[in-house]
Formats: sequence, structure tokens, C-alpha cells
Amino acid sequence: MGIRFSLVAVVALVLAAFLGVGTAGLNHFFGVTVPSIALVVFLGGVVFRVLKWGRSPVPFRIPTTAGQQKTLSWIPQNKLDNPSTKMQTVGRMVLEVLLFRSLFRNTKFEIEKGPKLYYQWEKWLWLASLAFHYCFLVILIRHLRFFTDPVPFFVHDIERLDGFFQVGLPGLYLTDAIFMLAVTYLLIRRLIIPQLRYISLPQDYFPLFLLFTIGTTGILTRYFTKVDLIKVKQLAIGIISFHPVVPEGIGVIFFIHLFLVSTLLIYFPFSKLMHAGGIFLSPTRNLPNDSRFKRHVNPWNYPVKVHTYAEYEDHFREKMVEAGLPVEKELDEAPVTAQNSTEG
Amino acid sequence: MAKVPKPNELVIEHGFPQTGWMDTPAVFRPGNFSYPGKAKNLQALGLPNPREWSPLDEDWKLPSNWKQIILEGMRERLDKFRSFKIFMDICVRCGACADKCHFYLGSGDPKNMPVLRAELLRSVYRKDFSLAGRIMGKMVGARDLTEDVLKEWFMYFFQCTECRRCSLFCPYGIDTAEVTMMGRELLNLVGLNIDWVVGPAANCFNNGNHLGIQPHAFKDMIEFFVDEIEAVNGIRCEPTFNRKGAEVLFITPSGDVFADPGTYTLMGYLMLFHQIGLDYTWSTYASEGGNFGMFTSHEVMKRLNSKMYAEAKRLGVKYIIGGECGHMWRVINQYMDTMNGPADFLEVPVSPMTGTRFDNAATTKMIHIVEFTADLIKNGKLKLDPSRNDHLVTTYHDSCNPARGMGFFEEPRYVIKNVCNNFHEMPPNTIREQTFCCGSGSGLNNDEFMEMRMRGGLPRANAVRHVHDLHGVNTLATICAIDRAVLTALMDYWVPDVTVYGVHELVANALVMDGETERTTDLRGEPLPGMEEDSENEDV
Repeated sequence: MGIRFSLVAVVALVLAAFLGVGTAGLNHFFGVTVPSIALVVFLGGVVFRVLKWGRSPVPFRIPTTAGQQKTLSWIPQNKLDNPSTKMQTVGRMVLEVLLFRSLFRNTKFEIEKGPKLYYQWEKWLWLASLAFHYCFLVILIRHLRFFTDPVPFFVHDIERLDGFFQVGLPGLYLTDAIFMLAVTYLLIRRLIIPQLRYISLPQDYFPLFLLFTIGTTGILTRYFTKVDLIKVKQLAIGIISFHPVVPEGIGVIFFIHLFLVSTLLIYFPFSKLMHAGGIFLSPTRNLPNDSRFKRHVNPWNYPVKVHTYAEYEDHFREKMVEAGLPVEKELDEAPVTAQNSTEG
Repeated sequence: MAKVPKPNELVIEHGFPQTGWMDTPAVFRPGNFSYPGKAKNLQALGLPNPREWSPLDEDWKLPSNWKQIILEGMRERLDKFRSFKIFMDICVRCGACADKCHFYLGSGDPKNMPVLRAELLRSVYRKDFSLAGRIMGKMVGARDLTEDVLKEWFMYFFQCTECRRCSLFCPYGIDTAEVTMMGRELLNLVGLNIDWVVGPAANCFNNGNHLGIQPHAFKDMIEFFVDEIEAVNGIRCEPTFNRKGAEVLFITPSGDVFADPGTYTLMGYLMLFHQIGLDYTWSTYASEGGNFGMFTSHEVMKRLNSKMYAEAKRLGVKYIIGGECGHMWRVINQYMDTMNGPADFLEVPVSPMTGTRFDNAATTKMIHIVEFTADLIKNGKLKLDPSRNDHLVTTYHDSCNPARGMGFFEEPRYVIKNVCNNFHEMPPNTIREQTFCCGSGSGLNNDEFMEMRMRGGLPRANAVRHVHDLHGVNTLATICAIDRAVLTALMDYWVPDVTVYGVHELVANALVMDGETERTTDLRGEPLPGMEEDSENEDV
């Protein structure tokens, strides 16, 4: 159900752009209006979401400790998996954000008769995720050449590196290929691993279909329809410099590509894709394990009903005296109290 | 009480129902749920909606505005806990956590996959706190909060031991323990709790400890162990109670006062403190290290925990030493100072024997008995004869909370290796930060839940069996009172040849005390290696 719904949604988006540009001639709408709105929604939405998270305090220090704590001087601390200072925590976050440290721990279980459990090597998810995210990043950086004039040196460098394997003309970017493979892998595993299929929601398939189609249309424009890059650049610079122009003869595939990217931008802040921002704010990862030696204040800490020692002694005084336990007030000093006076 | 199937009768299948998870209601049957909280216990804590009810009934006797209460409670907690908000928002359902949960591995119930457990709550969050969910409903994984959903929460938030193993594997650090804690807080708002949590919490609040041991009885029980120790080695320890002016207040879980094999660990504390001449006192008021409030709500956790500092202040001690316990140490490490501090009336702990200053506990001013002992051993302050433990081939179970809520790995290993000659680790992905839960934590260690406990404990038992078969391991050491109680049942079920020990029982076995008579048995009355014949002639 989720798969079909998401697939239909993406096909509908493709058709909308195809008909809108190809038949109705809404080039300006699809080329300028939608992308402009998308940029605003994306930036505004991400800021809004992060601020919304930030509004809720972090009352307690709850890092998941994944290594030896800071303790006696002769026991070496695992500073990256159980950081106790800010700098060490930054180190942990760098590993987490740039290398997906936690995902790298992944294993896969097997159960045999007995019952016997085994945990097997399983790094494919980690590898595919890493490949996907880094290729996406490189592709984004490469696209900067449409928005900058002159194009910064690092964009050229990355393009050169990425196009190292000269296959056909224009040269094939390695990242395009890996990106498509990784997205396909992430989609296929969602379909064939029973656990994953059972938990997947439409919003898990939708971004994958969307990214797959964005990749496909991007590849089509570059390698097959060979869109006029000068015109695309005019359009792109027009949008970000608030002087929009829609050059003639760009071709409908490009508009579809652009429309899907706009959809992704609009969708991003309101979806699970915000994990990109959330990871930085995740309290089990971004806090040092220092709450035994550094005081932290909970901004909403409030007084609670406690059972005081005085109440306790009032309740048990006779028995305590009889057992020879020291008391604050001797039997003759204390008023007679009802049993269970503090209950309820 | 439900009959527990034998190990070879237990069916574990990791299949999936034909229906989607939202359309598969939770089915309560004997063995898969814990008995509900009794009215008197809810009343003792002033918790809402005290009444007698049963999960097997159709009508759970909820307040008429229960839905409003839950949704308001959710809103309040989303505003108070960034963790809750983030964990509701950023899961991508990558599935990395799915097979990391001991309850999923042992039961095969898909809703025991951490991701689905969280989705039970997330689906309601989407419906009531997100625009897309409100408009598109089920198409975006949102659903109405109905009584069936609430019942499902009750089932699965009390089938999670808050062990945090899933959070280790989550690429965003989403912590199901945190989600379960929120889920349980919400359930508590309408009077849904289990008696094995709320009963001990009520006891602890009024009587000072989970088991409800009254002050005179507490003293009696400890003194009984004094006699026991004397029978083993002729040494008479002299514990004091509620004594003002002692240097140290010692607090440990009451489970170790009450039941084997924890009692032997407690005897170990008495012997160690006697041998080094520590100026310490027990308290009958703060006679509980554990905190079942943690399994109820942050508020009840704080209410129970408050006694530790209050008593330390009243008695005028310099600092506190805490015994071997699991969740107790998560509370002390991650919550205590923030909730009930600052403990500015205490001093930074300094070991009177070694002079070591425990700067790692500079604000909580409470140190773990195992780090205290490790420091003693390192500084050569204890005379140890590890050969007295030669009849034991030991492995070590990292308790979840000291592992993933603290990072307490090397200290216990250092101590064990100094008091035992035979030690073997279980496989790497079942120990340290990846340790598997005993399957009975977070208040689920009750008898009626036994089948699920044996299922949830399977991954742990499986790893023990591995080293049992490979190295002849017959001893499972732990630093958790719940572990000592429940792993015993788990071993009886899955690996009957293995016995559970606390680390300080092992220490006490090896500890050579000044003026002791020659020992022929260990603390359990088992003959020491080489003493088998002697002890047969004696009436121990």
C-alpha cells in the first residue's frame, strides 16, 4: 500500500511537470515560481524545525555510553565513545555525522534450532548509506556551477575527480552511478528484508522514489537529452539573484528534474529527512558523560512530595527504639502519631 | 499464574502477520503481561486513578477524559524533553535497531522491534502533533488514540526493559528507553502501571526500601549475615545503623538484604568494610539503592532518590558509597545531582585507605563500591587469595545501565581478575556496550511474566551457554541486584550448570581477613578447592 501510494505520487509529480511545461507551456511557473517557493520553504522550514526542537530543554544528561567512562587515573577512558569533555563530544559527533559510527556497529541475527543465536557481519547498510550521502553531497557541490560565476575552484576540482573515469561524452560522473546504485539498494532492502518491509511507511518509500527519479532525470538531461548548460545556468542565477529569466528551448526533462528537486526541498523540513538536522541535537550523542563531576541544572526542576525522615521516624519510632536504632526524638518527646499518617 | 513452557517447547518464530501492525491488536494472554498496579499502592504514592482492574478485562476503568489527559501529557512532555521531540521526529526506519532487542530476538513479536515500539507512540504523535498526520492520517503512518492503542502501549512499554541496546546501534541515537519512559509516564497519568513496579515504589516511599523491610527487621537481617560470616571465618563484623558522624553512608539495593544469591554479595560488603576498618553506617531510612520510581515517571524517580542526599545530610557523613546495582547507577550518574543536588554538604570522596580522590564523582559525591574496591586492590590494600575461587570458572555479565548509562566496564573486570584465576569473556557482541539485557529489568522481574523473561533473556543465556560449552564456565558474575535474582532463574532455565554471583561475593571469598580462622567453605557453604574432605566432616 505504502509503496504504491508513493510511486503514484512521484509519477503524478512527473506528469504534472510534463504536462505543465510540455502541453500547457507553464515554463515560468515550473522554472521560476515553484523553485523559488521551494527554496524559501526549505530554508524557512529547516530553521523553523530546528528552533522548534531547540525550544524544548534538555533536562537530563542521557548520553548512551559506548565505551569506558572517565574514572580512576590508571583505567584508560574511551574518549570518543564515552566523552567527558566538550572537545571529546565534538569528536564523537564528528565520527557520528561524517562516518556514521553507530551504524557501523550493525550486525544481523540468525537463529538456529536449540535455540542458538548468531550475530553476523552486516556493513552493507552502513556502506550504502555512506555512499549515498557522500555522492549526494558531491552532486550538490557539482551543481554549484549553475549558481556561481566564476565557478569556484573546488567545484572544478571535484568535477575533475568525479569524472576521472572518462566514459563516453560527456564524461560519466562516478558519483552519479554510485548514487543510483545506493538509492536502488536502499529501496530493494526495504522491499525484501521482511522486518523492514513490515515497518516501512509511505514516507519511507516516497523520498527513495523521488531521489531515484531525480537521479534518473538528471542523468537524462546530462547524458541523453544533453540540455544546454548555459541556459540552465541563466535560469539558476536568475532565481537566486531575484531577476528570473526562463530561456527558450531547455527541454521538458529538465523541468521535470527541477520540479522534483523543488518537491524534495519543500518536503524536506516536514519529513524524516530532518534527521540531517536532528542528529546534531540528539541528546544520547551530543552530551558529554560528565554528570557525576559537573553539576547540571534542569530548567523546570520542581519540588516534589517526599517522605521525610521525620515522617519515617514518627511512623516507626517505637520499633526503632525497641531495636536499639538511634532516633532523633525519644518516645516521650514525640507526639503520638497515627499509623500510615503520610500515606495517600 | 501462567505455565511456562519448557525450553524445548518454546516456539520462537520471527514471522510477520498478514495484517499491518496498526491493524494487529495486542492480545493479552497469561505469561505476556505483568499484573496491574494495586489501588493501595497507587494511593500510597498519590498516583492517579487507583482501582482494581485486569488487562484481560474489556473495560480498563479509565477516566472518562483519558484521551485528553494522555494528549495533554504528551504535549507537556514534548515541551519538557528535547529527546522526546527529536525521537518522535527523526526516525527513518532504517531497521538497524530491529534485531538488537532481546525481546524481539526471543519472542519474534514484530512490535518488540524497537522501531515499532516507538512507532506505537509516534503514530499518535503524528496524528495529533503534525499537520501531515492530521490531514493524511494513516497514509503517513498516523492514527487515532483509541483504547486499543492504549492497551497496545501498556503491553509493549511493559515489554521493554529500558536497556538502551537499540540506542547504541541507532544512527541518530534514538533511545527506546527514553521513549518507553515517556510511554510509561503517559500510561501512569490514567492509572496504568504494573504492580511489580508500583508496589516496590510505594514500599520504598514509605518504608525506605522496595521490599518494605521495616527498620528493626532491616537491622535484624543484616545482623543475621554477621552471624553467617562468623560461621565461615570466625570474624564478627560490626555494622552500625543510622549512625550520625560516620564518614561514609553505604546504600545498596534491598534485594541483596532479602534473597539469595544477593545476600552473599551483601556479606561481601560487610567483610570488606570490616577488614579495611571503614567508618561507615547503614541507613534504614535510605535502605534502597534501586529506584523503581524510574520505571514509573521522572517525578517518582526523584521522590525516591531524594532520600539518599537527605539521609547523608542528616547523618552528617562525608560521602556516599553505593552497592552493586544496575538502574540505581543510571539514576546516580545521569539524574541524581540534577534532580536532588547540589550535595554541597558532602565532600569529594577520598578513600581513607589509599588517599585516592574520586574526582569523577566530584559533584554527586557518591562512588561505586566496585571502583572503591578496584582502587584498594590497585594500591595493594587487600590481601587476596584468588585460589579460593578456583572451583569457579567465571564470566562477567555487563548490566545494561552501568554499561550504556555510565560506561562501567574495566572496574569490575579488574576486580574479578584479581580475585578469580579463571575468567573468560563472552563473545564481543554480547558484552560491554553491546551487552544483552537479563530480560527482566525495569520492573519486569515478576513471576507472572516468566515466559517473556525467559524469551527476553535468551540472547544473554545463549552467550553464557557458549562460554559454558567452550571453557566450562560455571559462574556468571554481575554487579546488579536484579541480575542476581533473575539471571539465576534464567540460568536454571537455559544453562542449568551456571550459578550467579555478585562481584563482592567473589571478593569476599578471596579476601584474607586479619585474625580469621582457616576457611573450609566459601560464603555459600560450598567446600573450598582442596577442602572437600574437611568440610564433609563438619556440620556447616
